[in-house]
Amino acid sequence: MNKLTLWFHTLGSPPYFHRLAGRLAPWLFAGAVLFAAAGLYGGLVVAPPDYQQSDAYRIIFVHVPSAWMSLFIYFVMAVNAFIALVWRIKLAEVLAMACAPIGAAFTVITLATGAIWGKPMWGTWWTWDARLTSELVLLFLYLGVIGLYQAIEDRRQAARAAAFLALIGIVNVPIVHFSVKWWNTLHQGSTVRLLGPSAIDASMLWPLLLVALATKLWFVASLLVRARVELLALEGGKEWARAEAQRAEGTP
Amino acid sequence: MRYGTAASACFALLRRDLLLSWRRRGDALNPVLFALIVVTLFPLALGPEPNQLARIAAGVILVAVLIAGLLALDTLFRGDYEDGTLEQLVLSPHPLPLLLASKILVHWLITAVPLVLAAPLLAAMLYLPADVLPVLIAALALATPLLSLLGAVCVALTVGMRRSGMLLALLVLPLYVPVLIFAAGACDAAQAGLPFVAPLLWLGAALALALVLAPLACAAALRISIT
Repeated sequence: MNKLTLWFHTLGSPPYFHRLAGRLAPWLFAGAVLFAAAGLYGGLVVAPPDYQQSDAYRIIFVHVPSAWMSLFIYFVMAVNAFIALVWRIKLAEVLAMACAPIGAAFTVITLATGAIWGKPMWGTWWTWDARLTSELVLLFLYLGVIGLYQAIEDRRQAARAAAFLALIGIVNVPIVHFSVKWWNTLHQGSTVRLLGPSAIDASMLWPLLLVALATKLWFVASLLVRARVELLALEGGKEWARAEAQRAEGTP
Repeated sequence: MRYGTAASACFALLRRDLLLSWRRRGDALNPVLFALIVVTLFPLALGPEPNQLARIAAGVILVAVLIAGLLALDTLFRGDYEDGTLEQLVLSPHPLPLLLASKILVHWLITAVPLVLAAPLLAAMLYLPADVLPVLIAALALATPLLSLLGAVCVALTVGMRRSGMLLALLVLPLYVPVLIFAAGACDAAQAGLPFVAPLLWLGAALALALVLAPLACAAALRISIT
């Protein structure tokens, strides 16, 4: 077995992952808070007001990173779901299911901040625009995954069924996106591009990227913490879980 | 022991499901009655003004058909799950996707075709312009098998749950969104005098894709929920 496969298998072992995640999570949380503080300071204080929207545009420092995360987390969930279904790795099931509530939360934040921005700028809380609608459908997909996971008693079977649903959903996301785009569009296009120059000023770009980095770190930290709890619940009867619990309580 | 060919197994399954439906033929009317009642509610809520009703007619009929199909989805596997037939199907040596495709076909014939046939009546109730009616029927003819196929995948995931109704809606409706958009898009375009073929072609393309992939996905989902 080569090094990479070996590492992959070691990582997949619940006790090892539990220890590793426990060590990493606080640092990731700290990093997230630090970057978010720096990014929000840059965005809310340092960056100049927009020439059209004055200070109202500043909500993008929350809105845009959340929107990125809402899609990114779905992708992570689907990749884990795929691994869980194909190789039946318990940890992948746990990770996929731990993604869903975090992704749903970011989606709600995206929709809420968008509505708060839309009221003064577009004059309405909500409009049936392509991006808004597909984001809403994305939220329903997340809720469907969570709902299915909660509805089945056997945890592993529940995780597999919900993982399957997540995979069907990821096929659906682009279809919904393009169908509603074709149907009706008001939301502006992307201004930040991975390739080529962005249509946003550098003084506004760096805080945005910092907050985006902070949300990524926060997601990973939150994912690890959730996965730890879920693993303990799943492996409650095992030796390592009991040892872990006794260590936490300080009793032999 | 000899099992016969896959084709004969599908044929036997088709015959059995059709016969079972025939023995309870009154049930086939339920989705139509449901759609009829839902459509009746709209003039009561919005007022009987013909122009206003004509404008929303196609959308209301599509949504009524969609929800009627959603409510009928539960019956796809319910009976077979309860008496153990479904487990035998999963265990059978024949390809499960083919068997499920036959089941979905019968389910579509029993629950969705009556709705398509009732569409002219529903359209007349809401004053849908006569020249839009063929487009609506074409859209329904393409959309309803698509809805049955997509729904079958989700219902396979919830099979065996006791109270799956609301959950099933949550799983299925996001998948139905594109279908609804294209079907309604064709009707809207026809009503506005614009070319309406493109959304119908999209529906046809999606149907061709779903015909191949949905039975496979349905089989995979069923293997997950029946362990």
